Amino acid sequence: MSVLVFADSTDGKFKKTAFEVVSYGKKVAEQLGENVVVLTINAADSSELHKYGAEKVLAVSNDSLATFNAKQYATVVQQAAAKENASVVIVDSSIDGLYLAPLVAVSLEAGYASNVVAAPSSTSPFTVKRKAFSNKAFSNTVISTDNKVIGLAKNSFGIHESQVEGTVEAFEAEVAASGVTSENIERVTGKVTIADADTVVSAGRGLKGPENWGMVEELAEVLGAATACSKPVSDLGWRPHGEHVGQTGKPVASNLYIAIGISGAIQHLAGINASKVKVVINTDPEAPFFKAADYGVVGDAFEVVPKLIEKLKAFKAA
Amino acid sequence: MKILVCISHVPDTTSKINFTNNDAEFDKNGVQFVINPYDEFCLTRAMWFKEKQGASVTVVNVGGAETEPTLRKALAIGADDAIRINAEPTDGFLVAKELAEVVKNGGFDLVLAGKESADYNGQMVPGMLASLTDFNFVNGCVEIEVEGTNVNAKREIDGGAETLATTLPLVVGGQKGIVEEKDLRIPNMRGIMMARKKPLQVVEASGANASTNIQTYEKPAPKGAVKLVDADNLDELINLLHNEAKVI
Ligand SMILES: Cc1cc2nc3c(=O)[nH]c(=O)nc-3n(C[C@H](O)[C@H](O)[C@H](O)COP(=O)(O)OP(=O)(O)OC[C@H]3O[C@@H](n4cnc5c(N)ncnc54)[C@H](O)[C@@H]3O)c2cc1C
Ligand SMILES: Nc1ncnc2c1ncn2[C@@H]1O[C@H](COP(=O)(O)O)[C@@H](O)[C@H]1O
Repeated sequence: MSVLVFADSTDGKFKKTAFEVVSYGKKVAEQLGENVVVLTINAADSSELHKYGAEKVLAVSNDSLATFNAKQYATVVQQAAAKENASVVIVDSSIDGLYLAPLVAVSLEAGYASNVVAAPSSTSPFTVKRKAFSNKAFSNTVISTDNKVIGLAKNSFGIHESQVEGTVEAFEAEVAASGVTSENIERVTGKVTIADADTVVSAGRGLKGPENWGMVEELAEVLGAATACSKPVSDLGWRPHGEHVGQTGKPVASNLYIAIGISGAIQHLAGINASKVKVVINTDPEAPFFKAADYGVVGDAFEVVPKLIEKLKAFKAA
Repeated sequence: MKILVCISHVPDTTSKINFTNNDAEFDKNGVQFVINPYDEFCLTRAMWFKEKQGASVTVVNVGGAETEPTLRKALAIGADDAIRINAEPTDGFLVAKELAEVVKNGGFDLVLAGKESADYNGQMVPGMLASLTDFNFVNGCVEIEVEGTNVNAKREIDGGAETLATTLPLVVGGQKGIVEEKDLRIPNMRGIMMARKKPLQVVEASGANASTNIQTYEKPAPKGAVKLVDADNLDELINLLHNEAKVI
């Protein structure tokens, strides 16, 4: 028996979450006394994964899997699970991971726990802690089926190195009919995405208008951060929809989240609570965000942010 | 075209979340329940199909009798009829299996569900439903057009969007973009009156088993007080972020 981890890549390069799911898979395998096997699809260098404990890598290289297709990828995962006699399959919580995991669960007749934030607290019964109620609580969930699929929440378990001597084996899988064809992919290049970012700089209606976002982008650039915004800001068309974060927007689970001119409404906080450290900059000391933040500056963003940029530049240069 | 919209009955987004019975149960006391926000986007998109392309719109929920007001609200917004599958929705796989029965028996062409529900945030029901029915599946859908049985859709991807082509029958996990906020409909008096007369059928569950169950709930550990830094002393903020929080 083994634990199977799917390590996702884009254009041959592993996503950061890939290293986290492998670290997690290693841990679960230890708990179960099993081996960890990692599946990769069209990754350039799968041996990278040995650093995180991957004893064995099954590397699929197949042009017809060049772009992500949930159904096709799910059948590949299923074949790998069958080959390795894996009863636990671990997937990340990226947009593609969330698309894929339910299909894998059905094909393996597996109970599926999504949004898992920690290693199992027990393996018999198999119990995992999951986010629930939009980050307002956690549930301790037992998966009662023989086969199990775990969707690991981003930035929850962390990346842990544990170098092993591993093997990489080519794996030929049959590819199912896709049902859904990709016609075109538009991706902003050269910009950190919210999903990948360690730091997210986010701004709200307090900035008054789209013309004032220059300083937000500059702060993000200095920090290597992604930019985000509150819901009204994207509804007003000041910023693209893809930047809307919160309960009904994108979830944020970064190490650092900086909120500028955002009041901290419950729906906003629900989507960003999973971030480790929160900083708020707001003129109103009564803004609810101050209750949710770790660090706060009461002040006018138009004065504080430019100063902060200067100081950070000096700090980075030092 | 026969459309089914899956409606999850969830606590209003501002609800305080508390637990009872030794933290084994969600405390519904004083909680207001609403149509899951993502499902509301889907329902509005279904109404457009109805108005522009002559589709019929059925809404469905897996739940107890207490969810019927939520289904009535969907009828007041404009759905033609409603189905409640009488089962406790304790697990996403169970819900998907129950929905699959209705989809198979009802001859639906297009199933619209939200990409996630605001209570247990499973993000699994639409995908599982697609697999169980062998329908095509588009998740994180932000645009959809149907012509005959051909479908053009757009989905969100990290840092962008992907345009997809597929065919009916199809399950969609939808989100904002499929319609915009301003397009959402609030039931008017006439809609509410008409909804009372529209059929709401209760079907018995097929008895699918749950594959997961929740033992207990926990709340996040209480947070320490915010550390305020003077706006004239931003070096201190940088110091704290670097040395204490270790995030820069
Ligand atoms: C069903 C539902 C779902 C929702 N989902 C989301 C969601 O996913 N994400 C989301 O963000 N919201 C969501 N909302 C909206 C949410 O309730 C709030 O309305 C929204 O988050 C407020 O955005 P804001 O903080 O940018 O604006 P405001 O509430 O207007 O706050 C602006 C803040 O800026 C401060 N400010 C003003 N001038 C300055 C200045 N010069 N310098 C510094 N600070 C200044 C003010 O003190 C204020 O605190 C949802 C609402 C509903 C009903
Ligand atoms: N009990 C339910 N009854 C009907 N539809 C549901 C139910 N639970 C979830 N759904 C649908 O599935 C979507 C995703 O839910 P979930 O997988 O629970 O996050 C929701 O937005 C609904 O459209």
